[in-house]
Amino acid sequence: MYDDVKTLSLVGGVLALLFGATSIGQRLKYQSDIGLNPAVVEAFNLRIRAWWLMYTVLAAAFLLGPASRVATVVLFGLISFWALREFITLTPTRLGDHRTLFWVFFLFTPLQYWLVGMGVQKYELLFSVLIPVYAFLFIPARVALAGDYKHFLERTAKIQAGLMVCVYCLSYAPALLSLKIPGYEGQNPRLLFFFVLVVQLGDVLQYAWGKLLGQHVIAPAISANRTWEGFVGGVASATLIGTALWWATPFQPWEAAGLSLVICVMGFAGGMTMSAIKRDRGVKDYGTLVVGHGGVLDRIDSICFAAPVFYHLTRFFFVPTA
Amino acid sequence: MTGTLLAVVARILSGASVRWIDCQPDVCQRVYFANHTSHLDAIVLWSVLPTMLRPLTRPVAAKDYWEKGAVRRYMARTFNALLIDRTDIKVHQSPVDLMLREIGDRQSLIVFPEGSRNTGSELQEFKSGLYYLAKKRPDLELVPVHIDNLNRVLPRGEFLPVPLLSLVTFGPPMWLEAGEPKAEFLNRARDSIRRLKDL
Repeated sequence: MYDDVKTLSLVGGVLALLFGATSIGQRLKYQSDIGLNPAVVEAFNLRIRAWWLMYTVLAAAFLLGPASRVATVVLFGLISFWALREFITLTPTRLGDHRTLFWVFFLFTPLQYWLVGMGVQKYELLFSVLIPVYAFLFIPARVALAGDYKHFLERTAKIQAGLMVCVYCLSYAPALLSLKIPGYEGQNPRLLFFFVLVVQLGDVLQYAWGKLLGQHVIAPAISANRTWEGFVGGVASATLIGTALWWATPFQPWEAAGLSLVICVMGFAGGMTMSAIKRDRGVKDYGTLVVGHGGVLDRIDSICFAAPVFYHLTRFFFVPTA
Repeated sequence: MTGTLLAVVARILSGASVRWIDCQPDVCQRVYFANHTSHLDAIVLWSVLPTMLRPLTRPVAAKDYWEKGAVRRYMARTFNALLIDRTDIKVHQSPVDLMLREIGDRQSLIVFPEGSRNTGSELQEFKSGLYYLAKKRPDLELVPVHIDNLNRVLPRGEFLPVPLLSLVTFGPPMWLEAGEPKAEFLNRARDSIRRLKDL
């Protein structure tokens, strides 16, 4: 019962926050005389819409009870699939890569999530090497078989990178659900919720601090929005919020602080990396081909980078080895 | 019903999004002409049209391909394809006359004036069918359509699709100008598709 109260406060608190953010976003949209750039307001509203989607998915994981793990894994699998679609769409591939890509989409992606669904603890070894090792061996071999050697290493590396970021890294997020943390049984959905919440807060707070105080741009050629002030302010404030939410996690406050710090920094690293790829391809969003949306990949880049690190730290320090 | 289902599947598979630039969906009689890079072109173009327009719009497709096998035949019937026999073209019974007779005064057409599927990135020369359609029925609106990235979803010679994202862009309608020579008109039509690529 006490745990239900924890879950309800977490889910309810975020719901209130989302309603707040939505009403602010709507008010900004219809007050054109306050001198805010409409593009910024639009971006803010798009981000809120993405949050509602994530929130619904994660909150549903609590409500569905025993079936929740499977449902969450399937949903994350679909998100990976879509993100990989966006990634490969913007990556120039050649005709010779076609059949390799088919296996990447329809074999490796579902197989990775199938392993997550079967319970990571049982299949941990295969789960953690399927893409870094087996896909890594398969992709160049299959491309070679197709007989087109032009830009060979470049093409195979790009396919592998897409699979690593969009599928492998992201799959660590639902894998949190099958960690067996003593004294925290049956409460793992809250850990996943905590993780996604802190990463997303880190993202948006860095943006907000950057807009308020930003002076020194970190890498102007990659992103004009990311400043040192924003980075420090955003990471610090998201870490504070993460610390304050320690009661929802299996961690002590100082442990929650340390982990929040790490996942915010990793989230930042993810955002920077994916921005660099976008600049190289000359697009603003991964969803450029999907009119009127930022891409899925733009919303999950920070989660992709933070998830494996958060998983491993939690696994190493909080799950006793059998 | 199955038409809607086929349209939904085609859209999911091709991840197609649509842009209408200086052109709106309309029930008036039209000829949509597009670049041709994949077997999916006709289905995807048809499926991104609003539900109301789909029964009124008929993709023109090759009989020898779409009559091979039960699945293709069924699909061709579902999306209302107008099949043209490429091997049996007679002088007194030209494909253009057949198309115009089939559509009557209600239906619209989807045509691919490049003829066969294109493997390069540049548009090929247009076949003259579009010109004769425009000449015989000057009232038809000619709508240029650019299909992007579908050649990577299902390239020529492949049978397994890779579900990337594609983009279909409809452009402003054009007509045959009075006295416009054939070559000039076909070049103008080709340019109107090419322009959509960069928008």
